[in-house]
Amino acid sequence: MTLSGLLVQLLNGLVDASSLFLVASGLSLIFGVTRIMNFAHGSFYMLGVYVAYTFVSHMGESVGGFWVAIILSSLMVALLGALIEIVILRRVYRAPELFQLLATFSLVLILQDLALFIWGPEDLFGPRAPGLTGSIEILGRNFPQYNLVMIVIGPAVLGILWLLLNKTRWGVLIRAATQDREMVSTLGVNQAWLFTSVFALGCFLAGLGGALQEPRIPANLALDLESIGTAFVVVVVGGMGSIPGAFLAALLIAEVKALCIALGTIHIFGIDFPMSKMTLVAEFLIMAIILVIRPWGLLGKPQATARNDHSAEPPLRPSLPIFKWCTAALVLALVLVPVFEETFPYAQIILVEIFIAVLFAASLHFVMGPGGMHSFGHAAYFGLGAYGAAILVVTWKLPMELALIAGPLLAVLGALVFGWFSVRLSGVYLAMLTFAFAQIVWSIVYQWDDVTGGSNGIFGVWPSDWLSSTTALYYLTLSIMLAGILILRRILFAPFGLAIRAARDSSLRADAIGVDVKRVQWVAFVVAGLFGGIAGAVYVFSKGGISPEAIGVGRSIDGLVMVLLGGVQTLFGPIVGASIFTWLHDSVARETDYWKAVLGMIILLIVLIFPAGIVGTLSHLWQWIKHHRPLQTKKVEASK
Amino acid sequence: MSLLTINNINKAFGGVKAINNVSFELPRGQLLALLGPNGAGKSTCFNMLNGQLKPDSGSIKLEGVELVGRHPRQIWNEGVGRTFQISATFGSLTVLENLQMVLLSRDKKLFRLWTPAASYYKEEALVLLDQVGMADQADRACSVLAYGDVKRVELAMALAHDPKLLLMDEPTAGMAPKERNQLVMLVKKMVIDRNLSVLFTEHSMDVVFEHADRMIVFARGELIADGGAEDIRNDPKVREVYFGSGKSFEAA
Amino acid sequence: MSKVLYKLLIGGVLASSFVASASWAADTIKIGEVNSYKAMSAFLGPYKKGWEMGLDEINSQGGVLGKNLEVIYRDDNANPGDAIRVAEELRTREKVSMIFGGFLSHTGLALTDYAKRRKMIYLAAEPLTDKIVWENGNDYTFRLRPSTYMQVAMLIPDAVKLNKKRWGLVYPNYEYGQSAVATFMQLLSKAQPGVEFVVEQATPLGKIDAGSVVQALDDAKPDAIFNVLFGADLGKFVREGNTRGLFAGKEVFSLLTGEPEYLDPMGAEAPEGWYVTGYPWNKIDTPEHNAFKTAYEAKYGEYPRAGSIVGYTSIKTIAALIKKAGSTDTDDLIKAFSGLSHNTPFGPITYRSQDNQSTFGAFVGQTALVDGKGEMVNFRYVDGADVQPSDEEVAAMRPAN
Repeated sequence: MTLSGLLVQLLNGLVDASSLFLVASGLSLIFGVTRIMNFAHGSFYMLGVYVAYTFVSHMGESVGGFWVAIILSSLMVALLGALIEIVILRRVYRAPELFQLLATFSLVLILQDLALFIWGPEDLFGPRAPGLTGSIEILGRNFPQYNLVMIVIGPAVLGILWLLLNKTRWGVLIRAATQDREMVSTLGVNQAWLFTSVFALGCFLAGLGGALQEPRIPANLALDLESIGTAFVVVVVGGMGSIPGAFLAALLIAEVKALCIALGTIHIFGIDFPMSKMTLVAEFLIMAIILVIRPWGLLGKPQATARNDHSAEPPLRPSLPIFKWCTAALVLALVLVPVFEETFPYAQIILVEIFIAVLFAASLHFVMGPGGMHSFGHAAYFGLGAYGAAILVVTWKLPMELALIAGPLLAVLGALVFGWFSVRLSGVYLAMLTFAFAQIVWSIVYQWDDVTGGSNGIFGVWPSDWLSSTTALYYLTLSIMLAGILILRRILFAPFGLAIRAARDSSLRADAIGVDVKRVQWVAFVVAGLFGGIAGAVYVFSKGGISPEAIGVGRSIDGLVMVLLGGVQTLFGPIVGASIFTWLHDSVARETDYWKAVLGMIILLIVLIFPAGIVGTLSHLWQWIKHHRPLQTKKVEASK
Repeated sequence: MSLLTINNINKAFGGVKAINNVSFELPRGQLLALLGPNGAGKSTCFNMLNGQLKPDSGSIKLEGVELVGRHPRQIWNEGVGRTFQISATFGSLTVLENLQMVLLSRDKKLFRLWTPAASYYKEEALVLLDQVGMADQADRACSVLAYGDVKRVELAMALAHDPKLLLMDEPTAGMAPKERNQLVMLVKKMVIDRNLSVLFTEHSMDVVFEHADRMIVFARGELIADGGAEDIRNDPKVREVYFGSGKSFEAA
Repeated sequence: MSKVLYKLLIGGVLASSFVASASWAADTIKIGEVNSYKAMSAFLGPYKKGWEMGLDEINSQGGVLGKNLEVIYRDDNANPGDAIRVAEELRTREKVSMIFGGFLSHTGLALTDYAKRRKMIYLAAEPLTDKIVWENGNDYTFRLRPSTYMQVAMLIPDAVKLNKKRWGLVYPNYEYGQSAVATFMQLLSKAQPGVEFVVEQATPLGKIDAGSVVQALDDAKPDAIFNVLFGADLGKFVREGNTRGLFAGKEVFSLLTGEPEYLDPMGAEAPEGWYVTGYPWNKIDTPEHNAFKTAYEAKYGEYPRAGSIVGYTSIKTIAALIKKAGSTDTDDLIKAFSGLSHNTPFGPITYRSQDNQSTFGAFVGQTALVDGKGEMVNFRYVDGADVQPSDEEVAAMRPAN
């Protein structure tokens, strides 16, 4: 590679940096003020591309028309964002931490189907920007004119945002709110409108980022999920809430990728290594390294703990006898399911699916609820357990029974390594580091064809003969799930369970009574990893194989949704959440082509009706009834 | 020999000296009050004593053992208990479980995964709670207690591993006057019964002057006075600091 | 939608999730279909229309064995695990006689393995991976569409003819891209010794950094480029390549780019002069295809895509299969499938007995801009039977059953 080639590649990196920055800056802004991790940010970006496609196609023939169309598209997206904030998000700001995630996740599903409904499934390639269709020569190479404009727009937006945040009253309020939300509300500022305006601005930036891509990329339905992961990475690497940080991070990531591509295939120790393949995982490697070195990102500050969203959870109490009897009855019913195979032929199959989801969700809940560590990468342990078992059977020819036990040990190993780094961080940074590790695992699995089967995965991993019938597998899965749940529950009531809850409640106090908080949390990670790995190993044998999709970001998010849906503050929550989510997913998909939107709306409905998760809200209700009934009777007596 | 020996400790935050060359000693069985206006460096001093902050220089010795550079949990292991200005207990645990946590930690049983925690140290924990008058609320969650009660639970927790030294940052803040006196009298009793040493900060001057065996005064990061109630009342430097900031002991 | 919500609310779905289908099903022959409809909607929409049209034709002509065919289709979320779940549902609850479908390699392979385990016939309609009929092939699995190997082999003669020495490679970083490139390198090196592959760019699927990739290719100064990118990646790559002049003076060989699914979204920016495999829907002038095209356009008011042909032909294969077998018993179906021949819009095809691959072919030609959009010109139909390795090689690759 020549020097001029390298320089132009760095210029290419600047173009991508601008694109990344626009999306990430909005996300960072929204997080900084509202503390919402907006999963739907990528969806607003996608809508930006689509809306711009429509506008530019209709009015973008002149230079002026094109730029008006771009601005108009961004404003449309901002308007939609404001609307969504007012109608939906306002209702969930007070919900327990992370619960807003569910609302934004449902938006992802709904907005994607909305785009499908309006624009159809085909890729839409819009017209080029008038006046900027050609290229100019830089160092003997043709460089697209429009890309030069993109390079300028990034820093320009950074400058405008800086002025906005530093030179206007509104900006001062935003910065104040980023540091201390409660302060601002006591200052007599209308917090609701401040949040709405910030959310709208964030969406405007996402929309602008999308609209500006219109001349470069086809509008398509995969843009939302493609952009959201990278946007989060940029925000976290830069430091949550720091706009200049996001810019630096975008620059770093884009340039590293450009360099990987520029290097092409390199030869180390006689081995050809195609560096271009590294682009699949580059941003996650960068994030992991940055977070290990700088736990709050490049320009971030330690997060002020948000004061209002910790509604302390009630102590764990042994179950009431009635609850025990109900559970026993439920278990008995599950044991009897195969008897009715003729009438309900599909019941065992979907229940096996549900049992695996329940065990996975329960293991995630263990670190997330009692452990207080929000793992966004729990799929890693599921995946390691699954691939561990599959590889042992296929490559090492181990019997299935042994692989089922040994496979999850790989997950334990993973949890030992990832957990060690992760517990050194907290909050969103911890979440994103776990996410990075999961993505790294995914990309290794995805690319290591010889061992993992690459993108196709591993097939033909069926259970031993004695377990080959649907019913045998059903009982195996049922018993593993029950054992897993009971053991996790037992641990939560044991001294160690007390210790992880104590470490979550107050690491300050825990430290001051001699508890090694990091070690406690590390062990919690490993326990959760073990059970997540068992869920993965069982999955392999129920499906006859495993592929990268099953361990990707989708599974991590599904796990989060299950736990939050059920209620993170109750032990029964993840069980209910996993069951309902899995069942909904299965049945809604059969009823309509627009099942994502329907699923999204159901989740949204649940979010609005059950602000503490299904089980959480029901148990609050139960407490309320218990406390208010005697009061009412007293009143009645008094009035007599 | 003194229990606690502090020698020339310094701490600066971004060039601002929070603690400047402070030295003092604390013998066994003494209730020592640390006084000073806001920003005098009291909390910084406390945080250095229990290892949350590391002094820039100087030494802190507990019975000859250097504490500087040690982690809070190691210092706790050496026999130093602590309560916080904004009390820190485990909100989602019951009062009893809070105490059981400390006892489990004392005996290194935190990593037990099987036997229910409820079966550990119940009696011992109840005895400790009884001392602070919280036994009847043992089954309530810490998060729903009245603030004064949380402070008492915290005290019981700080005493649970039978420390040699107890550090109390504003132990009576937010309490009613009657409660304050009760709490400090309780502490005073421990000092006498167990030969415990206590270092505490306190805003309420009547509490301090009534119960403290000795007091030291900080101003702008420096130790400006050390002595009994009479000495401190009459110390010109102390008067200057307090009157200069518009306060008097009598008024405070 | 509100109907669906209503159903959910009253718990109607609860019943339908578990209970076996009603008994009226007895007078139809049920066929299961599994595909990634949601994830790949642009490609599978036309495919679905194709099999629906074929199904209507079959049933309006009296069905098969005196019964109507019924297709029950399910979405697999582009996830092999879900593909297995819905296949299990189709088997246990719907009691289908066989399954077809699949688009992505990994769901296709998962279903291939599933077919063997549950001893159920699977017709892999769209997935391209060679493994379905070779390494992972089995007696129960058959494939309609020309495989990756076959598609690449179709392009080789033209590539050899041009005799270019320095080649650049660009492909999506997953099995399809990797195996296409591996096959291309292997076949071209064999046919044209001394050929050099000077640059190789493996891009993350759907997330190509087009500018950097185009420049990296250009900087290596290849004489010709072999491209496996498709969909949105291809669009970005072509636009960036046009602006930067990457394609000037270079020959480009590109898999599948002549299919309307990939060519049409590029509109006026469609590349010119590329050697591609594909489907020139508006230029094929044979009675079989004209009949198909006319019927399709009449039914749906839009032109057929490659997926339409595949969907239509799949269901026709199934009808022909059951007719030949005379029953829906799996063993009878296997016997009938081997060597099964029937006519298609592309002419007659046969399912080869040596590897269960059909001889369904594809068109090879060059791209050109006609009236502001991309089309295939100078094309010819390549029969699938002509682009296969020798029978010995195939036998060596297929596992002994």
